[in-house]
Parts: sequence; C-alpha cells; structure tokens
Amino acid sequence: MTMVSTPARGDAQVSALDDDEVRRIRNDFPVLEQEINGKPLVYLDSGATSQNPRSVLEAEQEFYEQRNSAVHRGAHHLAVEATDAFEEARATVARFVGVQDDELIWTANATAGLNLLAYSFSNASVGRAAGDAGRFALKPGDEVLVTEMEHHANLIPWQELCRRTGASLKYIPLDDAGALRLEEAARLMTARTRILAFTHTSNVLGNINPVDVLVRMAREVGALVVLDACQSAPHLPLDFKALDVDFAVFSGHKMLGPTGIGAVYGRSELLNAMPPFLTGGSMITTVTMEEAHYLPAPQRFEAGTQAISQAVALAAAANYLSETGMHRIALREAELGQRLVTGLSAIDGVRVLGPGPGEERTGLAAFDVAGVHAHDVGQYLDDLGIAVRVGHHCAQPLHRRLGLSASTRASTYLYTTSEEVDLLVEAVAQIRPYFGVTAAGATS
Amino acid sequence: MSGLDSLYQQLILEHSKTRSGGDLAKLPAAATGTPGPGQGGTGQSHQLNPICGDEITLRLSLGTDGDGQAVTEIHWDGDGCAISMASASILSEMAPGMSPTSLRHTIDHFRELMRSRGKLEADEELLQDAAALAGVAKYPARVKCAMLAWVAAEDALRQAEAGQGVSQAL
Repeated sequence: MTMVSTPARGDAQVSALDDDEVRRIRNDFPVLEQEINGKPLVYLDSGATSQNPRSVLEAEQEFYEQRNSAVHRGAHHLAVEATDAFEEARATVARFVGVQDDELIWTANATAGLNLLAYSFSNASVGRAAGDAGRFALKPGDEVLVTEMEHHANLIPWQELCRRTGASLKYIPLDDAGALRLEEAARLMTARTRILAFTHTSNVLGNINPVDVLVRMAREVGALVVLDACQSAPHLPLDFKALDVDFAVFSGHKMLGPTGIGAVYGRSELLNAMPPFLTGGSMITTVTMEEAHYLPAPQRFEAGTQAISQAVALAAAANYLSETGMHRIALREAELGQRLVTGLSAIDGVRVLGPGPGEERTGLAAFDVAGVHAHDVGQYLDDLGIAVRVGHHCAQPLHRRLGLSASTRASTYLYTTSEEVDLLVEAVAQIRPYFGVTAAGATS
Repeated sequence: MSGLDSLYQQLILEHSKTRSGGDLAKLPAAATGTPGPGQGGTGQSHQLNPICGDEITLRLSLGTDGDGQAVTEIHWDGDGCAISMASASILSEMAPGMSPTSLRHTIDHFRELMRSRGKLEADEELLQDAAALAGVAKYPARVKCAMLAWVAAEDALRQAEAGQGVSQAL
C-alpha cells in the first residue's frame, strides 16, 4: 500500500527476483561464500547489517587508490576529483530516494540523523532561531508524537529533546498483534503536536506502516513528519517526495553500503531555516571572533571532514540496488517474508510477532520459541551456520508490549535463497525438542 | 560431543528447568546489609546484562557454622537463557556451607575459567557441578550469561559481610 513507485521506475509489470537470479547475485558477495562450523553460512541478519557486493568494496578501494583527498577545499587536481566523486555520490543516493541533491545530508547513520534533527530543534528551542527557525522551537505544552514500536534510535532522542525543552512525549499505542492503533493516533494528533516521528517498517514486526494516513493526520494539525526509513530504504522502492514526509533518515550499512555513512533527507526550505547541530569547518560563510554565518544545506549540517569514501561506496550500493530493481527486490522479499511467517507459525510453540501469514510483511520475522530463551535459540542456529539476531533488537518497549523481553529475528535481503529460509524453519522446528521443552504451554 | 552439546550438557538443561534457589520472588523481603540471627548478615544484588536483557536478583545470607562464618542460603529470581539460569541454580546449590573465603576463591576460579576461551581446565573438585559450564568458555558471547549469578553472589557476599562488620562494631 505504501510501496510507492517512482515515476522513473514505475513500470507496471515487474516480477520478483527468481531463485536463479538470486544465485547469480550471491556470486557478487564474497562474504557469503564461507562456512561456519563446517556448514555453509546462512546469513539471515541483514536487518542488522547487510553484506557488501564487490562493486561497493571496489568503489571504496578505487577512491582511496586514485582520488583520495579532502573535499570542498583545496584547488589541486585530486581535491577536485574527490569533490566531484563526493557530490556525484550525493546525487546518486538522493535520486535513489527521490529527492533533490541539496536535500540529502550525510550523517554517520540513521541514529546520527535522528539526533541531528532533535538537536537542531533543540537549538531552535533555546533561541538559535534565525528568521523562520521559530517554527522548530519546542516549549512546555508542545508535544512530540512517536509510536510504541520505535527502535530506541527514534525514541530516546525525542525523550531527551522533550526533557530539554519541557515539551511532552506521547506515543501511538499498538494493538495485541503489534499494529498501530490508528483511532488512537487520530485522538493523539492535536494542535499541540509539533513533531510526528515514526518508523516506515518496524525492525521487529516487519510490517509496513500506513505513511499516507499518518502524514494526512499530521498535516491537518500542522506537525512536522520525521520518517525512520532505516528498514525500508534497503528493501522497498522509496520516494520521500511522494510519501510527502518532511524528514527521513536511513543507514548505508543496511543497504549494501559500508558502515559509518547514512543520510538525512529534509525538505529544502526546512533545512535552510533550521539552526545547525554540529558546527566547525566546512559549514560556514564568514567567521569573526564573535560569530559565524552558515552555508545553506547540505553543507550547513556537514561540519568537519566527511565520510567521503563511504559516501562513494554507498552510491555504488544504490546503483547496485537500482540496477537489480527495487520493485523486484521488494516483491522477492515479500515472498520470503511469507515463506518465513508461514513456516515458522506452523511450528508448535513458535509465535511470530507482527503480521500473520497472508498479511503484508517485509522479508523479516521475529519470533518467540516457548520455553527457550532467544539467546539459546540463536546459539542453536549458529551451530548450524545460521546467523540471526537475538535480544530486544533495540526495541524494549515493543517487546514489553508483546509480553516478551527478547525474541529471535531472521531477516532477508536480495541475496537470500528460498532454501535458506527453509533451512531456518527446519532448524527452528528442532529447537524445543533439543532443549527438552514439552508441548505444554504452546506460547508464552 | 559436538560444540553445542558440550555447551548444553544435560546437567545444564536440567538445572535451567529446576532452578534451585529460584524462589526469591516467593519470599518476604529481607533487610540487607544488616546483621541477621547470630553472626550473620544478608546481601542482595541485582545484575543485568544489557546486551541480552538477562537479569537476576540474588540474596545471600551468612551465618555461623561450627568453625566460623558460612553461607547459609542463596535465593534468587531471574529471567534469562538456559546458561544464566542453570548457572544460578548450580551456584545456589553449591554455595551453602562455604566460608566467605572459600566462596570467593571459587568465584575467582570460575571467572578465570570462563575468560580462558577454553584454554583452562576446570578444577572439578572446587567447581563441582559448575564444571559442566566449562564449555561456555569457548563462546565469548555467552560468558556474561554464565557469570551473571556469580557476579551477583560476589556483590551480595560483600554486602552481607559489611552487615556483619556493623554487627561486630556494635
């Protein structure tokens, strides 16, 4: 429903990647060739971090071997080459998410992006509000609205912002199945709501939130909308303009890129009205001993030397994804997601969190095995070479809401085979017998 | 025995289910750090592993036992993986009767064993059932699970002794 197609790539008849294509894709990923405990690696932890194709690794190495230099300073040849590479990377990644070049700010990752926004609003709140920046200032009586399913990265920065400004943090609660209670969202969205921050797809539930519905509610009350696209940018075709959000964040390492690079999207007129967060070199026009004037976005938010080679490598990742086709990847992962939820749900004592079989889900499934702690589940799977994530996945409030302290999460990507999903399901079916848990107490 | 089977030995799986001493939630709250009956004191410690969310609250009581001070009982309440729960169960069975010095010595050896990455042999006489946890040492990510109850016991022992110190000062 929110799989919005971009005009450039919105061809009506696209098919999911098939198994043969996935096998060919796997040849591009050196790390997938290894064995763990004498068994082929089954990597089902792409939701935490994805693997890198050769083209990404080579792009970073090629940059260091041929074009390495500081950017936006220096007039020598390499400085020009590096600046071109850096800005071309920005243009590529901006195009990948459907925004203008100057609306994409490099950050270390999505967490850094959300903190950038929160601290900029914080600075606006203490009077660093030149011209139009007053609209970002929060004060007692104002409210920031999040959801109960947020990753800690889209919760704690807002908790802290509210603490600093006296604003109140509210959240949209979940129903027992983990879906947003939209009737509550409508009730909570008032003239007091200044910011609505929510995740596009949950890193635990694998659901896709109705961005259009939430944006419409926020627009009616004049709230700014911040979208956490950390789990959607790698897996769904995205167009932030079409989604009509004001801000969005994502991380490079979850979308075939290196660690240490991510981005914030912000509508141009908003970014240029916001006070900076990190200050220093490369983000100024004139500086005196008393004060400084700032460049427009994106440089306004890029103080200090940036993660240049990582940006270049992230652009290579975006190209790899675009050439494969984000629609085809999304369709493929929707199939794998169904295979996961159907297979796992059929196992006695296994409860899959979030949407059930047949309901919209990305290629991700977190589950509870009754009577066996997630850590032990993960250990059993690791012995078979199967890599999954265990724990609260940085979403403690969500787990608490679902009556759990931890779960096990399997997450796919474009290189995941159907056989790998089946191997996981077969392995999970053996876990309760291995740990001597009887059929009693089907779910916990 | 495969790596996994040496980690999850039958003894460990049994302890993770029976959970000896895991009845703290059913007991009334005790004053901690203050002298108990006789020469004893009680200490209570809460330990949390933020990585996995495992947690334990452990209460340890000291009393006099013929020759001198000794652990009289350990009770705990916890939530966690098979390794952390079994480890707490084993400890609460073996600690009663030990002198504070002996318990501390046992905890030190257990910690050394856990951190050895499998290079150290367990002193089975000293560790008794806890020697079955030796396999954990080969899984660095799980060492904290095995240590959770032992760290709590070490902390609770310190408090119990502090209570006793108060008693002697009086």
